[in-house]
Amino acid sequence: MSLIKTQGGFITRDRGRQPDAYTPDYKTSVKRSPSAALLSFPSSISEETAPMFGHGMLGELDNDLIHNYAAAGESAIGPRIIVHGRVLDENGNGIPNTLVEFWQANAGGRYRHKKESYLAPLDPNFGGCGRTITGEDGSYEFRTVQPGPYPWPNRMNDWRPAHIHFSLFGHGFAQRLITQMYFEGDPHIKLCPIVGVLKSQEAVDALTAPLDMNRTVPMDSRAYKFDMVLRGRRQTYFENRKEGM
Amino acid sequence: MTQPLDYLKESPSQTAGPYVHIGCVPNFAGIKMYDGDLGASMKTGPVQGQEITIKGHVYDGTGTPLRDAMIEIWQPDAAGLFASANETRGTADPNFTGFGRTAGDMDTGEFTFETVKPGAVPWPDGRMQAPHITFWIVARGINIGLHTRMYFEDESDANATDPILTRMEHQNRVPTLLATKTADGVYTFDIHLQGPQETVFFDM
Ligand SMILES: [Fe+2]
Repeated sequence: MSLIKTQGGFITRDRGRQPDAYTPDYKTSVKRSPSAALLSFPSSISEETAPMFGHGMLGELDNDLIHNYAAAGESAIGPRIIVHGRVLDENGNGIPNTLVEFWQANAGGRYRHKKESYLAPLDPNFGGCGRTITGEDGSYEFRTVQPGPYPWPNRMNDWRPAHIHFSLFGHGFAQRLITQMYFEGDPHIKLCPIVGVLKSQEAVDALTAPLDMNRTVPMDSRAYKFDMVLRGRRQTYFENRKEGM
Repeated sequence: MTQPLDYLKESPSQTAGPYVHIGCVPNFAGIKMYDGDLGASMKTGPVQGQEITIKGHVYDGTGTPLRDAMIEIWQPDAAGLFASANETRGTADPNFTGFGRTAGDMDTGEFTFETVKPGAVPWPDGRMQAPHITFWIVARGINIGLHTRMYFEDESDANATDPILTRMEHQNRVPTLLATKTADGVYTFDIHLQGPQETVFFDM
């Protein structure tokens, strides 16, 4: 007889730590927020499976935003940084082989998007997106330029702190998550109504990446470390007995 | 004092924002990357089962269609098998990914998925669920991705015994989860974020 560990359903999402849908200081949420209670059910196979993306789909420069849109021999303008960390589940296990997508403004705070109207210039050598797939221990890494803060239409004078957007899959569709990474020490973090939808300082800290001098490449790039946590599944154990015992 | 419970906490969500397209569907946003956008096609060859088209809009609480959303779907193949590493019941149709992603039409916001009608999959207790497709919606103004399901109006027998549809307290909201058949192989599924027709969203 032995004990076998199996995966149960997903642990209930801690909605008390996630932002509410209706957050009037972030004005666009007012008419885009459901008002009825969410319908709660245990996860089923529809939520416990997720699409597979293999390392084979990645191009060589997909995780290098300094070069993946640049003309040959050119590179994006701005402070060169490395962003790295791990994608973990709530049980503390690294999540291997999962797609991580990221996008951001350029060093001047300007996005390459036709609905973007900020007067800061585009960088002809910066597209603003990248992707990678985590390694066996859930680790990921990419190279980019530090994005600039930018103004946005909400109240008359709102500015976003410098940030990088992240999209994560995990191994079950119930883990699907989009979030943002902020930079240690940015004075805009305290002022931003989008950061303000977070319910505690602890939640803000969980999205704020520290400078990581240990991973800095001397005379080349500074580094920021950013771990992300996706939902975990209940761990259950059962006895593996022979028939009739 | 007690020992600490050393579980980690799920990272807080933040809105996908108005520029989600740059990261998730860059070619749609005019940035040529990756040989095409992820999830743009759910078929990699001839597929098994009935091919269907799903069309719809995402409406805000004023009835205005969103034109800056990103909509994803996830579903099994026609036999009810997922193209997932966690699928242990069999091997899914090798020409069907089960995953679709779109920003919708840039001017109208209408989304379109070319997919197959999904087979039924089991509920944790072994009963069968009615055929359904998982939807996940993000956009500017949505602080955490919204999860819902699309069921089929023309599967009334399966819907009548579905473990979720039959247990919903407000049975008058069930129609918000039903796609209507508008032509042979064409279904409409509109999503209302708020208001009297508000779609039922899930916490699963
Ligand atoms: Fe942004």
